[in-house]
Amino acid sequence: MQNTFFAKNPSILIFIGLLALFTLFVTVGSEATGMGFISTSFVKTLGKTLCLCLIALAMDLVWGYIGILSLGHFAFFGLGGYMIGMWLMYERTRDIVMGSLMNAALPPTPTEIRDAIGGQIFGVVGSNQFPAVWAFAHSLPLQLILVVLVPGLLALVFGWLAFRSRVTGVYLSILTQAMTLALSLYLYQNESGLRGNNGLSGLQNLPHLDAVPQSLISIWFFWASALALALGYLLCAWVVSGKFGSVIRGIRDDEQRVRFMGYSVEGYKLFVFVLTAVIAGIAGALYYPQAGIINPGEMAPIASIYLAVWVAIGGRGRLYGAVLGAAFVSLVSTWFTGGQVPSIPLGFYTVDWVDWWLVLLGLSFVLVTLFAPQGIGGLVDLIAGKLAPNRHGAPLGPDQGSLREEEAEK
Amino acid sequence: MSQLLEVSGVSVSFDGFKAINNLSFSIGEAEMRAIIGPNGAGKTTFMDIVTGKTKPNAGTVLWGEMSRNLIGMNEAKIARIGVGRKFQRPTVFEDQSVFDNLMMAVKNTRAPWSVLFFKPKFKDIAKVEELASEIGLSDQLKRKSGELSHGQKQWLEIGMLLAQDPRLLLVDEPAAGMTLAEREHTTDILKRTAKTRAVVVVEHDMEFVRRLECKVTVLHEGSVLAEGSLDHVTANPQVIEVYLGR
Ligand SMILES: Nc1ncnc2c1ncn2[C@@H]1O[C@H](COP(=O)(O)OP(=O)(O)OP(=O)(O)O)[C@@H](O)[C@H]1O
Ligand SMILES: [Mg+2]
Repeated sequence: MQNTFFAKNPSILIFIGLLALFTLFVTVGSEATGMGFISTSFVKTLGKTLCLCLIALAMDLVWGYIGILSLGHFAFFGLGGYMIGMWLMYERTRDIVMGSLMNAALPPTPTEIRDAIGGQIFGVVGSNQFPAVWAFAHSLPLQLILVVLVPGLLALVFGWLAFRSRVTGVYLSILTQAMTLALSLYLYQNESGLRGNNGLSGLQNLPHLDAVPQSLISIWFFWASALALALGYLLCAWVVSGKFGSVIRGIRDDEQRVRFMGYSVEGYKLFVFVLTAVIAGIAGALYYPQAGIINPGEMAPIASIYLAVWVAIGGRGRLYGAVLGAAFVSLVSTWFTGGQVPSIPLGFYTVDWVDWWLVLLGLSFVLVTLFAPQGIGGLVDLIAGKLAPNRHGAPLGPDQGSLREEEAEK
Repeated sequence: MSQLLEVSGVSVSFDGFKAINNLSFSIGEAEMRAIIGPNGAGKTTFMDIVTGKTKPNAGTVLWGEMSRNLIGMNEAKIARIGVGRKFQRPTVFEDQSVFDNLMMAVKNTRAPWSVLFFKPKFKDIAKVEELASEIGLSDQLKRKSGELSHGQKQWLEIGMLLAQDPRLLLVDEPAAGMTLAEREHTTDILKRTAKTRAVVVVEHDMEFVRRLECKVTVLHEGSVLAEGSLDHVTANPQVIEVYLGR
């Protein structure tokens, strides 16, 4: 079974192989485990990029394969980040609080400890009480379950409502935007219990591991991200191969036709929507400890739109295209917005790339959409010579039936 | 004779325009029926109603031994209980191979979870190959169906319809874009199918209808104008006026 799966999809092995090579290269180049020609901050950038590649995979599944242009998947990504962030922040604050209470004359009571942690975490929003949503923050396993459960449940409820009433196309995209906007606005409020616009911070410091340098932590997270991407790729490739893949691509191309074959289109959409939301949540849970901070701004509608742009530029409808697009565009974007690209003085005006990068990105999006709908992934086809056979000539019409011009002549 | 499908008193209007007007129609277990009628007579809309795509404003559509009402059921459910449909414009999944198109249609469980773990069994593959040879696409199984000609797509769709193993086949203009030989073959397939199932064929081509050798229903402005053998209905002066005489 494994044999045929990989034999039918050689691109999977190529992808995993390249990812392994890349991981090896970064490991050898990092400060903690290798020769140190890759800085710790760049290892973090690369690790974060792998997480973005993972959510791009999810986006490709939901957009490129089943045809739902979701502009809300960063909401799930952010939720995953918040869920892991709560534990990281709680546990680390507990370490600090315990450290200082140790010196007190009397041993602290559990209530005292809890209040002290609450005061540390919620001082910025003028409170020292734990809101109800933090009920499980003391337990890593529980918060890890929430990483999967919270995005999954939100997607389930949202998807059930939206697909059941057969909202499709642009209207559905707008609804997903509304969802992510509403969530982000809600989290901005202090009452949401997640520290409002301050968000969660200090996530790069792992609890109980003060002695471990960031250079090592960064490579750990890099490895975890690479592993998650590899597993995510395998999972997505398995889902889109075989009959399930056939059905979802059918839904993308003509959902009505699929219905008339007896498939409940809504069920399939819901399945894929929830699955991709969970993948996005896991990607977010790996991303934010590397970023160090998460706030509601991360879930702004624009983030999810970027995601669609990455996948479009990479080439939707093929998994490695999504990964290529996310890696390429987000790295180039880091480069441009990091102020490392020299400005172009035009005499009367200086093109400063920090400002103009977005224009460039928008322009490339338009150009790709118009002239290379296959995106970067299309280049692979060019190299592999895997272009659609061109039969030339027009169909001959009813009388000659199934043949085309030059085929009929011979 | 027990009827498989009984449509009675069905009406549909689109923005006040009555596309189907108090239509009644029934067909038995193993019966072939041709529906003819001028453009806009409501033939496709009739199929839309039976398959659940369009909800009628009035009337009932009863199905099978239990006389279940199909109105209000969703399309997928209706398809699963045994109504298959071929569209006027051939709609196959162009991005996928002929094999995948047929495999998707082959009768099997349709639920997402079991489809995810579906492995084609020997009998499924044999079924696809048998159908492919029936519709003359044995050599094309690996090709993307988008590369097929119009006539071949028509056949692929007929093949997908048969693969579903329905009890009632609604076939909208199956012969458009086919050569004479292909049309004859299509007639054969349909006639053979009608020995065990109910088949409703909509067709404009009179020669094609004649070869089906079956009862004909003439639709006009959303209701039945005449019903009977082809010779009988073509002799009807009203039919001549609205359809044949133009
Ligand atoms: N969804 C719709 N909205 C509005 N009008 C419709 C709709 N569907 C069908 N009609 C109208 O209903 C009438 C019947 O259409 P229908 O497609 O059933 O005709 P037909 O008999 O299949 O014709 P043809 O031979 O051209 O296929 C037409 O006048 C058509 O314009
Ligand atoms: Mg029609």
